[in-house]
Amino acid sequence: MEIKQTAVAGTLESSDIQIMLSKGNHGIEIDLESDVKKQFGDQIISVITTTLKKFGIENAKVKAVDKGALDCVIKARTIAVAQRALKTTDQPAWEVL
Amino acid sequence: MANNDERLRRTMMFVPGNNPAMVKDAGIYGADSIMFDLEDAVSMAEKDAARDLVYEALQSQDYGDAELVVRINGADTPYYANDVKAMVKAGVDVIRLPKTESAGMIHDLEKDVLAAEKQFGREEGSTHLMAAIESAKGVLNAPEIAAASDRMIGIALSAEDYTTDMKTHHYPDGAELSFARNMVLHAARAAGIAAFDTVFTNMDDTEGFYRETRYIHQLGFDGKSLVNPRQIAMVNKVYEPTQKEIENAKNVINAIEEAKMKGSGVISMNGQMVDRPVVMRAQRVMKLAKASNLLDEEGNYIEK
Repeated sequence: MEIKQTAVAGTLESSDIQIMLSKGNHGIEIDLESDVKKQFGDQIISVITTTLKKFGIENAKVKAVDKGALDCVIKARTIAVAQRALKTTDQPAWEVL
Repeated sequence: MANNDERLRRTMMFVPGNNPAMVKDAGIYGADSIMFDLEDAVSMAEKDAARDLVYEALQSQDYGDAELVVRINGADTPYYANDVKAMVKAGVDVIRLPKTESAGMIHDLEKDVLAAEKQFGREEGSTHLMAAIESAKGVLNAPEIAAASDRMIGIALSAEDYTTDMKTHHYPDGAELSFARNMVLHAARAAGIAAFDTVFTNMDDTEGFYRETRYIHQLGFDGKSLVNPRQIAMVNKVYEPTQKEIENAKNVINAIEEAKMKGSGVISMNGQMVDRPVVMRAQRVMKLAKASNLLDEEGNYIEK
């Protein structure tokens, strides 16, 4: 699936993660900022990547600022930002949820 | 919980649906019901994100024995249809419809919920419903709303919108809510479902909160909607039975056991017949006592 517009989801509040998604040409490139990057960076990146791939997104630039989000929050924010970037917010991707 | 209508619903805690910190911690305060809000607590621009967040949290977080409720956006909004589908798919216990004004609105919701249950392969009838009464029309139609569906588990009065509709506001003594409270309560009792009182938002007025909670407890409400977890212990304290009530209830329960063993249909205690209302009250007292941690393993009162 082709990204139609740059989109953001999530906030910079504690336990949240803010994700910005924009067009890219070199696979899924993730720039992650997190206080717990050393411990959980791989896990955070894996949740984002897996979720984006379920949308059929193969190329994208991702900027993520993590404030201690749980996996379910990371997944929820990735879904929200993907649907916004794909302009499909009105049709939730039931197969991805 | 064994039976839906016997479930304790003293506290229904509101949790803003787009706040990850509050959504993730909602289970630790011991609320009987947790109500994730997709409606007023979420701005228009974040409706989609809140729905995703609550959905994923419901899939993965452990909220213990709490009954899980989601307040969806009203049927007149563009978010309603997807809210219903997502929450049915998530397997939420109860969908709460805001600004309910007629039985027809519940019938429509019921149809949409059934369609979603079929679409996502959930057991038909497994999603329960409740209605928030927030207007004069809603109050006057409360009896038909409460009885509108077998899925209904409760109705709640929401004073903020209601008092605005009535051209007044929420006063500390709550005199302006007297008719609405009694209508909602009677509608609930007549339909055999739970009645929830409105929120009390002034966190600095502890005395006022206790006064209002004692009052709605006296009227017979199952419990109260809450905006702050600090209020949970306060409500539970008001609903806590006394030692005397517990001992009396235990005697009634023992009398039932004794009658059963004797094979006698008539239950007597201290030479007097125990009829159905007394038995039901005793069972409720024992349930409240257990939930208030006032009983040991054998059901004896624990001195504090």
